[in-house]
Amino acid sequence: MNKGLRRTPISYTVLILLALFAGLPLLVLVFNSFKSNLELGNNPLGLPSGLDFTNYVEAWTQGSIGRGMWNSVILVGGTVIGTCVTAGMCAYAMARLDLPFKRGFENYLFVVISLPVQMFIVPLFFLWSNLSLIDSLFGLIIIYVALNTPFSVLLLRTFLVGIPKELDEAARIDGANEMQIAWRIILPLARPGLLTVGLVSGLGAYSELLFAVIFVTDPDKLPMATALLNYSQGHTQLFGLVNAAAVIMTVPAVVLFLFMQRKFIAGLASGGVKG
Amino acid sequence: MKSAYGVIRPKSDKKGAGDVASLPPEGGREMTTVALEAERRRRRRNRRMVAVAFALPALAINLLVIAGPAASSLYYAWTDWNGFTIPRFTGLENVMRLVEDTTFWNALGHNFIWLGIFLSVPTIMGLTGSFMLSRIKRGAALFRVIFFIPYVIASVVNAQIWKSLLDPATGIAAQLDKMGITFLNDVYFFGDSHLSLYSVAFVDNWHYWGFLVVLFLAAMQGVDPALFEAARIDGASPFREFWHVTLPGIRSTLMFAIMIVSVGSLLAFDYAYAITGGGPAGSSDLVSLLINRTAFTGGEAGYASFMALVISLLGGVMLVIFHFIRRNEAAR
Repeated sequence: MNKGLRRTPISYTVLILLALFAGLPLLVLVFNSFKSNLELGNNPLGLPSGLDFTNYVEAWTQGSIGRGMWNSVILVGGTVIGTCVTAGMCAYAMARLDLPFKRGFENYLFVVISLPVQMFIVPLFFLWSNLSLIDSLFGLIIIYVALNTPFSVLLLRTFLVGIPKELDEAARIDGANEMQIAWRIILPLARPGLLTVGLVSGLGAYSELLFAVIFVTDPDKLPMATALLNYSQGHTQLFGLVNAAAVIMTVPAVVLFLFMQRKFIAGLASGGVKG
Repeated sequence: MKSAYGVIRPKSDKKGAGDVASLPPEGGREMTTVALEAERRRRRRNRRMVAVAFALPALAINLLVIAGPAASSLYYAWTDWNGFTIPRFTGLENVMRLVEDTTFWNALGHNFIWLGIFLSVPTIMGLTGSFMLSRIKRGAALFRVIFFIPYVIASVVNAQIWKSLLDPATGIAAQLDKMGITFLNDVYFFGDSHLSLYSVAFVDNWHYWGFLVVLFLAAMQGVDPALFEAARIDGASPFREFWHVTLPGIRSTLMFAIMIVSVGSLLAFDYAYAITGGGPAGSSDLVSLLINRTAFTGGEAGYASFMALVISLLGGVMLVIFHFIRRNEAAR
């Protein structure tokens, strides 16, 4: 124990250095979002002289950022609901009902998870343009739901398997039908699992870039991520302004993360995708 | 760690959850056995139908978005398809073209440099951070959150942060200039073709290593504390403790991390796209950017599908290798 205590100063030094490395750039982002271009030139990294919200007002009212936020709300909402419903139903069938070819279906999901995006993105784009789903948030939602479903099914399945079988048998004896069992008994117990799936798929839909860039190019329909990218490319040297837009995009995600960090960390760690 | 592994490879639930559901035995009521048996069978069939209906939306959307297009690209890869016309089978033409396509080999080379960077830098940072975290008593939760925040932030935001920090006119260089330190004044991290790939990888790593800290930390907490106790009683130094107890203890998670980093390096897209777009002069180009350009701006969907097939096969080979390594580990 004593030895353990004596060792920790080195640990703390290293950890503090790492924390500064992770955290300082974020602080500078926030600082600089309050600076005018002139102030940025005089004071590139330090605290702003005051809380001047001009950049925020300008970024928000110039259109693309405000609209991007609204589009992202639709996109994230649709993805979360779609993923929870399709993956939840599928996991329920695998974990608690006699799904035929269960084993084969599970293997199928593993194969699909390890399929690289490049393998299907090109034909998918032309399929989507034939179906008039390009430049449509609905079309993008379907893609996100499909991308999130396989891993969510496996995650929820492990979750549902853990709920004692006796519960639904008791309900069946009491005359409950399959729908009632799923809705009234299992769903409330599966809520933590669904929350994890919702957080992971929602955050994914909020930050995703590859599909958003390719499938939605109409300036009125851009979600926040591509709207911000366009905005930064249109205002290359106006770092204060673009930083304000970036902070607007970041605040909802980080606040949600701080409130539910355990859920987030567990969910993202189980997603295990290098992003 | 458990959960991470569980999803990639869950243990088969031998306890038979979801298998034959049996009503509790009804003792002493022989008259009703036949009727009960019929009822039981009817319910079971009913439950199968419900099961199929429940799994159908997930399967349908999956076939439409992933499996169907993926299967069709196996054919398009051998055609001159431009996305809109009827594809014409061209045999080995795309192969010949790829062999001589210097832009492809340039991009693929960058993917392998990327792989090398990501197998070393974030892995070492992740192991260091998590090992230090596992040794401290106070503040561990706070550090963990700070390390993880960049991973939660969207790639476009992270790109913006570093574009402004590494810009000679406004960022770190400008601040140093005010302090009389001028060696960074003419360094364009993203604009210099010798630096762009590494600078982009640096930004991606800045956002990624905290994820590995969390992954490794969870695994370290699963190692039997008695092993650490024993090592300490034997007077092992922290380094030896790390090498002989921690590392072997988190072996499977480490393998898992190496696997996702390897496969992910072949797919890397976001940061190169958001920061440099592959430039200047292709110096930070990656295969996924090239596929994107070839298919959607170049109008050569067939050739792009072939590139995609090649990179997917590479990823597939990696997965198979990892699968065998893991099976060997399990067998030992």
